Amino acid sequence: MSEPTIRTQNLHKNHLKTRLAIFGVLALLLIIGSNFSEYLCPYDPYLQDLANAKAPCSFAHPFGTDRYGRDMLSRVIVGSKTSIYSTLLLVAFITVFGTVVGVFCAWSGKWVDTVLMRISDMFLAFPGLVFALAVAAVLGGGVQNAIIALAAISWPKYARIARSQTLAQKEAVYLRAARLSGSGTWKLIFKHILPNIFGPILVTAMLDIGTMMMELAGLSFLGLGAKPPVAEWGSMMSDTRNLLTTHPWVTLAPGYAIFVSVMIFNMLGDTVRDWLDPRNRRREV
Amino acid sequence: MKKYVIQRFLQLIPILLGITFLSFAMMRAAGSDVVTQMYTNRGAEVSQEVIDARRAELGLDRPFIVQYFDWLTGMLSGDMGNSYVSGNPVFSTFISKLPATLLLTAMSILMTVVISIPLGILAAVNHGRVTDLLLRFCSFIGNALPNFFVAMLLMQLLSIKLGWLPVICEGVTLKSVLMPALTLAISMSAKYMRQVRATVLEELNKDYVLGAQARGVRSSVILWKNVIKSSMLTIITLLALSIGSLLGGTAIIESIFMWDGVGKLAVDAINMRDYPIIQAYVVWMAVIYVLVNLVTDLLYHQLDPRIRLGVVKG
Amino acid sequence: MKMSFQIHPNGAESRARIEGRTEGIIRYEHVDISYNGKLAVHDISFVVGEGEILGIVGESGSGKSTLIKAAMGLLGRNGLVTRGDIWYNGHDLPDLPPKEMRKICGAQIGMIFQTAGSSFCPIRTVRVQLYEFITEHEKMGKQEFEDRAQGLLSRFGFREPKRILDSYPFELSGGMQQRVGIAAAMLLNPKILMADEPTSALDVSVQKQVVEEMLMVRETFGTTILLVTHNLGVIRAMADNVLVLRGGEAVEYGNAKEILADPQSEYTRKLLAAVPKLRR
Repeated sequence: MSEPTIRTQNLHKNHLKTRLAIFGVLALLLIIGSNFSEYLCPYDPYLQDLANAKAPCSFAHPFGTDRYGRDMLSRVIVGSKTSIYSTLLLVAFITVFGTVVGVFCAWSGKWVDTVLMRISDMFLAFPGLVFALAVAAVLGGGVQNAIIALAAISWPKYARIARSQTLAQKEAVYLRAARLSGSGTWKLIFKHILPNIFGPILVTAMLDIGTMMMELAGLSFLGLGAKPPVAEWGSMMSDTRNLLTTHPWVTLAPGYAIFVSVMIFNMLGDTVRDWLDPRNRRREV
Repeated sequence: MKKYVIQRFLQLIPILLGITFLSFAMMRAAGSDVVTQMYTNRGAEVSQEVIDARRAELGLDRPFIVQYFDWLTGMLSGDMGNSYVSGNPVFSTFISKLPATLLLTAMSILMTVVISIPLGILAAVNHGRVTDLLLRFCSFIGNALPNFFVAMLLMQLLSIKLGWLPVICEGVTLKSVLMPALTLAISMSAKYMRQVRATVLEELNKDYVLGAQARGVRSSVILWKNVIKSSMLTIITLLALSIGSLLGGTAIIESIFMWDGVGKLAVDAINMRDYPIIQAYVVWMAVIYVLVNLVTDLLYHQLDPRIRLGVVKG
Repeated sequence: MKMSFQIHPNGAESRARIEGRTEGIIRYEHVDISYNGKLAVHDISFVVGEGEILGIVGESGSGKSTLIKAAMGLLGRNGLVTRGDIWYNGHDLPDLPPKEMRKICGAQIGMIFQTAGSSFCPIRTVRVQLYEFITEHEKMGKQEFEDRAQGLLSRFGFREPKRILDSYPFELSGGMQQRVGIAAAMLLNPKILMADEPTSALDVSVQKQVVEEMLMVRETFGTTILLVTHNLGVIRAMADNVLVLRGGEAVEYGNAKEILADPQSEYTRKLLAAVPKLRR
């Protein structure tokens, strides 16, 4: 017999930990940066300088100036606070509220479950932003109302996930065993159910940050969210809409800011999802 | 099969009731200044007595449930009230603007299908390789761009720099609809391409692909005659589900491009606090969405032989 | 020339003395198979003669399915024969270009799956898929195919061949699926049949039918069969020789009767102890 042939495989490594670290850090920087945005602005974002209005991008003003001569870079930076914080608040709320409702439904069962699920079905029957637009219109403008409007249509998704996850967990054998040993309801929920349903809910929430940010900006763009002089990326774009033909950077700069922020959060969300996916764990070389 | 259809239609009714009730409740919750709004919109200053009289006239002092049923029956017979701004019947205004939105929706869907399905299949077949990574990256970027931003970028590129298309729509024409449709298509495609890819990939990992390979069938035949065929059902279903977000997104896009459809109508109405129109918009969009989902579901049941033919013979 | 096996590195001794058959119809030499860098199968060697039935037995995860999939290039993107050769008809199968491999798959080496039904596309009829199969390897008109397919199915004891061809795979019962699967694999009369757990998903009563069918195939067509299973009863009923696998490594290899009667390895003894007896 001759020597056996040797063949080599090219393996693709996952780099999951690296990705998690990178995007985690980026997202953290974004959040911290937006918190301290006032200190990061090179100029006062509200200071008008009419002589220098609508100036193109230059070294002094990397994003140019708007029609009142305000530095666009500074305005974009300060806008981050509203945009990012509102989004995080919104996502936090719908996650918590939706989960509570979902777990409650799954735990109580019977008619409570049916009624609440029918209600959430009704909200899910509205396509996209339609209902949010109407709610925001009814409540009037302002960031808080926009958040309420979006929260009203977004919570059902989390309720459904929490509910189905809880139902699956409820059947778990060890839960029955724990019950036999006399643990109270609250203890059961907190110790056994929540840790297990946490994963999918977290992933959904993280991936939703980007979507919510864009929807919030969209509402503001239509005039239903933040109102001047509050700096917010969506409303900034709307205010300067008519400058698109002549001085595009003024309108587009906040748009790029939204894009970059959403990208970072989406990437983080994706990586977290891959991290929590049990299949991927095993394949890490 | 027939039984299933009837069942689904019956399930529809509570949802439709819920939708209409929610919309109605919301509009009424806009406050008792609805009548005041009406007069403010017309730019008139009137006394409290006139307001009260008008309110009684409109039946706004009756119990909530009565108002709801009144409005519901009116709606079913085509009377959705009159616009607070123009005074014209809401129903006819709405119907006149609907075709424009439908055209926009249809164009967007067409573009999405043309872009996403081939690219999704390409990505799935090449999964793990450069083509796939590139396509996934593009879809990632597409997902991160808010649709009004895309609208502006396209305007900047296609109208201002290249001058190919008009910046805002000049009437309901094919030329005018291209940019708004493309805007919507880009956002939709980013999401949909991923779903197509996932579906095809899932099919590719199924046992029958291995079976066909074991029989020596060539990859192109396996892909086109077996995998794609099996994936089609899911792909079409996903498309129908995407229509929902499409319907929701038209409002902003129509507004930006001045496309004269129901979305723009709604946005204008929101700015003018013209509640009957807003209400009609909400109800119509929801009803259309629910119907689209129903039709898709029924189609799916009809087309999948496994469901159609039922249980195993022997 | 006699070929006796070396003492296995971890000390288990194989007793095979295969007389006069160094070539065989298919030959595995020091085969290692890895998935994504992890070794699934290590240093497997065996020879299968023409018309022989080799049973490959082991528990789940022992690498037995991997072994036969390797011969047909069905390891997928993550699997590779990282060391060793599989000789068939003068070719080293892992090194064959895909086009050549395709020609062999189905026509010269066929495969039967654990659930034959799922090895066919669920939304297309059996007829359409068998026609697709045949025309990949031979030019054939629809009528000629119809005659040939129905003829084959009748030969296999099916009383309504047309109805079977009309059906969708899921419309057939489990046992039916397996038997149709065997018949379909024999459509082009391949020299070797790889059977991957063909009886594992079946009730005991149907298992007997399928075993007899495979024996019939060997008698009638002289087909060589590599039978992968975890069921020693099936081995006892069918196999000439047996290869016992554990954790991807060969534990015993040799004549089935001898090994089953008097196993050398502790592991084989354990497997035997857990078997309901199926008599020939």
